[in-house]
Parts: sequence; structure tokens; C-alpha cells
Amino acid sequence: MASLEPIAVSAPPGRGRIAWRRYFSNPLLVTGTAIMSVVALLALLAPWTTSYDPYSIETLNRLQPPSGEHLFGTDQLGRDVFTRVVYGIRVSLLVGASVTAIAGAIGLLVGLASAYSPVCDHIFMRICDGLYAFPSILLAISIVAIMGPQTGNVILALTIVYIPSIARIVRSAALVVQEKTFIEGLRAQGAGVFRIMGLHMLPNVLSPLIVQASFVFAVSILTEASLSFLGAGIPAPEPSLGNLLLDGKNVIFKAWWMTVFPGVFIILMILGLNLLGDGLRDFLDPGAGSNNRFAKRKKAVRRRRRRSD
Amino acid sequence: MSQAPLLEIKHLTTKFSTEQGIVKAVDGVSLHIDPEETVGIVGESGCGKSVTAESILRLFDEKTTEYGGQILFEGRDLLQLSEEEMRKVRGNRISIIFQDPMSSLNPVYTIGDQIMEAIRLHQRASRRQAREKALELLRLTGISDPERRLRSYPHELSGGMRQRVMIALALSCEPRLLIADEPTTALDVTIQAQILELMNELKEKLRMGIMLITHDLSVVAQMCSRVIVMYLGEVVEEAEVTTLFDRPLHPYTSGLLKSVPQLDGRRKQKLYEISGAVPAMHEVEACCRFAPRCPFATELCRSKAPSLEEAEPGHRVRCWHYKDIQANGGGSDGSGLLVTA
Ligand SMILES: Nc1ncnc2c1ncn2[C@@H]1O[C@H](COP(=O)(O)OP(=O)(O)O)[C@@H](O)[C@H]1O
Ligand code: SF4
Ligand SMILES: [Mg+2]
Repeated sequence: MASLEPIAVSAPPGRGRIAWRRYFSNPLLVTGTAIMSVVALLALLAPWTTSYDPYSIETLNRLQPPSGEHLFGTDQLGRDVFTRVVYGIRVSLLVGASVTAIAGAIGLLVGLASAYSPVCDHIFMRICDGLYAFPSILLAISIVAIMGPQTGNVILALTIVYIPSIARIVRSAALVVQEKTFIEGLRAQGAGVFRIMGLHMLPNVLSPLIVQASFVFAVSILTEASLSFLGAGIPAPEPSLGNLLLDGKNVIFKAWWMTVFPGVFIILMILGLNLLGDGLRDFLDPGAGSNNRFAKRKKAVRRRRRRSD
Repeated sequence: MSQAPLLEIKHLTTKFSTEQGIVKAVDGVSLHIDPEETVGIVGESGCGKSVTAESILRLFDEKTTEYGGQILFEGRDLLQLSEEEMRKVRGNRISIIFQDPMSSLNPVYTIGDQIMEAIRLHQRASRRQAREKALELLRLTGISDPERRLRSYPHELSGGMRQRVMIALALSCEPRLLIADEPTTALDVTIQAQILELMNELKEKLRMGIMLITHDLSVVAQMCSRVIVMYLGEVVEEAEVTTLFDRPLHPYTSGLLKSVPQLDGRRKQKLYEISGAVPAMHEVEACCRFAPRCPFATELCRSKAPSLEEAEPGHRVRCWHYKDIQANGGGSDGSGLLVTA
């Protein structure tokens, strides 16, 4: 088995410096990664970013407004809202990342198989149509209702819901790649199906896959929050952002901070992931970004080189 | 003619089942290529040249394609081999170069990786050995700065350079037969001449046979010893290059020769494009396929299909009236089938 090392997706510049410059000339991508890194750091370093326990109840400190001691105030049970938000982000990121990883992997396989085999295509795409026919929240609620409200089941439900969107993107990208002469060329070189699919089709569908995955990440965070808010998601004492909103709903006129802060962080994450997705699209698809200065210069260089051949 | 041919195709038919029905893209083609011989295949686009070439390697989806006849190569009928055995022939004993150099390489891998992969598909070699071999192959193709090219990505190369890389890729296992399907059509004229020169050179070095597909007769004149003219999925004429240029027997060949641009600046004449796809078989079975465009067509031509006949040794033609046409000097005129471009 000859080993080929694919460079990161179809981003053509193999050279690190060029890639960095491309990165910094892409404000969407820079903003998106900045937002997401701050939020993720806050959550991952939770034991250090806050000195409170998200579960410890202090009835004397109920419904305190934000102060130096409790940055985001406290809830009906006197728990520190900042701490609960930070741990809530953890849950959101865990759900989002798991759903994205599993749905991404399965969607990739399903998409490639559908592009390759008309039989698989018929079967998988009809299933996807079926899944699409339901509103995703409704479908997720039904799955959780059947399986029971647990973090694992929420992840499972959201994975099932979002596989089709990934599979379709991969499938259509793979169908385009499949028509390229180099795929036929590989067959003419004597390469087998698995080599062609795994080593040659796959890296060429990665960039649309990554872009789509970042959107799936965003919507699964949003859907998890909605599920939890409706009581069909992460079970109660655990601090998910949806649970926090649900807690805050009853006292929204007395304790605005219980609703506003979790809400702001949901918005921030969705915004960050969407910027990231849009930025990645431009970054990974050199054609789409060709209106920027840098791409133009590179084209000129290429033209010059071609002339000198 | 004493030695056994390298490749012998006997009555090859290739049928595709499509949504519109069965398409018989190649119909009873017979031809042979001797070792170290360059044979040209010419004909308008859509006449089945590429399908003939790709049938040799069985590159079509076997579920929707039906092959008939025999393709004899190195003592075996390629049409009878299993997919597994066929994979050992592809790229190893027989290689193919496609027309389109722009999408013939995978954009995500370097040139070096792709050549090394081709080498290691059929040969035992460590990464380092494969790398050295790849470098050597690139040198052989005369590409400038081969060390750097090894690390380049396809988008960094020009069309001419990519076609050189494709040649390196095709030759990586020293095939006995190289099929070149319009290898220079997408390139500009000076680069085209260089690539053809290179192919000639490498043929001498590697002693392989070449099947050169083109719709450009000047390329044939430069490269080939023998030519096969195809029309609508059939061979209509076959001859040595000089014979074909001096004494074309089939009206279609005469037309093709007429449409070669003249150096003395005479107006270039162009053949009618064939409208539509290959006609359905039952329509063409009972007549000469060229009859609708042939100025010499008679009632006989329209009611009975001619067969490929040996007009003189090594010169075969599929036409009822080639003797009369030749006698009247009409073969070199053929004005009736031409339009000025
Ligand atoms: N995979 C296919 N399925 C159906 N029809 C095909 C296929 N490939 C080629 N054909 C048809 O076969 C005919 C010959 O095509 P081709 O050999 O590519 O022509 P050319 O001589 O220009 O290379 C064309 O009419 C084309 O439409
Ligand atoms: S057989 Fe008749 S129609 Fe066909 S090429 Fe000859 S003269 Fe023309
Ligand atoms: Mg062709």
C-alpha cells in the first residue's frame, strides 16, 4: 500500500506561510475562530475560570443581581449563574462536537457510497428524504421521547437528524469529482475502488464537508438548547444553556440576568460557528476567494510561470 | 509482418445501455498494432475513437457496457480477463494518456506523490526508490527543474508541463503499449510539437507500441506509420501513411485530407459536423453509413452495407465504388461533401 500524504483538503498552497497569509486576509474566518476559541477556552478551563460549584445550592443567596462576587448573578437556588453558563457551554460544545463528528463520519461514508453505487444511492437518498420530511426539532423530540432524556440520547437524536445534510453535500461533491479525468486515469493505472474512493475522492470532498460540518455544529447547539428548553433534552440539574433559559423563564421579570447571559452565549456560539463556516468556505475554495488581492497576485505569478514554460 | 502483433482487435463491438436505449458506439472494429509501431486512429469527434481505446482497457462501467469480439494482447483476450487480472494490465502493460491535461491530475496531491503511487501500484519499491524513479521519469520527459516539479501541485503547472507529467505517469511501469487519446488537442501549437517530439523519442527509448488517436491528420503524418480511419463506429479505411495521403480510396478519407489546413494560405475547408448521436443500429444496418453525406452514393450504397475489402496489400477500404471513384479521379476531389468554413 503506497502511502500518500494528503495536504489539508483542497487548499492549494502547501506552504505554511502562504496559508497563514490567506488565513489573515479572511476576516470572517479570523473573527469566527477568535470567538470560538475564547468561548471554548472559557468552557474547557471551567474548573479554573470559576471558583463556584455549578450544583451547590445556597438559599441565602437566591436571585442576586450581577455583582463583583457573582458576575452573572445567582438563580432561584442561589447557584452562581456564571459558573452554570460556563458549564452549560461545556455541555453545548460536547453535544455539538459529538454530533458533528459522528454525523460527519457517517455522512461522509453514506455520501461517498451513494456517489459510487446507484443502488446505495437509491436506498440512502430515500431514507434521507424521509428524514428531511420531518422538521428536525420534532424528529429529535420524538427520538428523545422514545429513548429517554439523557445526554447520550440527545446526541444520538441530533446525529440521526443531521446525517442527511452532510451526506447530501458529500454526495454532490463526490459526483462532481467522479467526472474528473483523474479518476478515470486512476482506473487506467490499475487502481482499485477503495484506493480511488479513500485516497482520491475523499480528500477532494473534505472542504465542502468541513464547511457543512461547521454549520451542523451550530444548529446542533441550537437544537440541543431548544430541546432542553422544552424539557426534552439534557435532564434537569445538569447546566445546559437550554436548561438555564428554562429556569430563567419563570422569573424573567425579576431576574433578567438568568435569561440574558445564557442567551448571549448561545448567540455568540452560533455567530462564531457561522462566521467560521463562511470563512472556511472562502478559505478552502480558492475559486470563491479570487476577488481578494492575494489570489489575484498568485494568478499573475502563475500566468508568468506558464508563459516561461 | 513476420512477428506477432502486439495488439490485435478482432470485431470489437462496444454497446452502452443508456436511458435512451442501446448505443453501439463501436461496431465490429478490427485492427492490429505491431510491436514498436505507431498507429494513428483518425475520424471526426464522436466516431468512437475514444470508446475503442478505453474498451481496450475496459474502463467503462461493466454494468452498463457490453463488449463483443476479441482484444488479443500478449497472448490473452483482454475481454476474458477478470477485473483483478485486468487491473494488472492497466497502467502496467498498457497505459493511456487522456486529452484533458487540466483535470487529469488530482489537485490535492503533489506530482511526485502521484507518480510514486503509479509506480508502487505495480512494482515493489520503497518510498525512496519510488521517489528516485519518479524523478528519473520526470527527467525523461524533459520537464524543466524536475526536482522542484516533484514537490509541485498540479495547479502550479502549465498545460504542457502537465501533459509531460501525464506521460511520465503513463510510462511509470514501462508499458508495452501506450494509448494516447488526443494528447495534444488541448495544447497550443508549439507545445504540441514538443510533446509529439517527446513521444517519438520515448518510443525509441522504451520500444513500445503507440496507438495515437487524433482528428488531426498533420499529427498522423508526423508520427505514424499506419493509419486507421473510423467513421460512425466502423473502420472505413486502413493504410500505410504515405499510401493514405497519396491514394485515399474512401470518399470520407478524401474529405478529411481536404480539410487539413493548407500551408499556402488557401481557405481552410471544414467537414460537416455529424448531427446527433450515432444513429440507431437498425437504421444504418442496411446501407453504407456514409451514404447520406457521400457525393458518390448510389442505390446500392443505400440498400446494402459495404464490407471492409483489401484493395491492395495492407490497404483496406469499406466502399462499394472505390475502384470507380479512383478511376474517375473523384477520390481526390470529393467536393460534394465539403462546405467552406
Ligand atoms: N459512456 C458512454 N455511454 C453512452 N454513450 C457513450 C459513452 N461514451 C461514449 N459514448 C458515445 O459513443 C460515441 C463515440 O464517442 P467517442 O469514442 O468518445 O468519440 P471520439 O471519436 O470523439 O473519441 C459518441 O456518440 C458518444 O456519445
Ligand atoms: S459505399 Fe457508396 S456511399 Fe458509401 S462511401 Fe462508398 S460510394 Fe459513398
Ligand atoms: Mg475522444
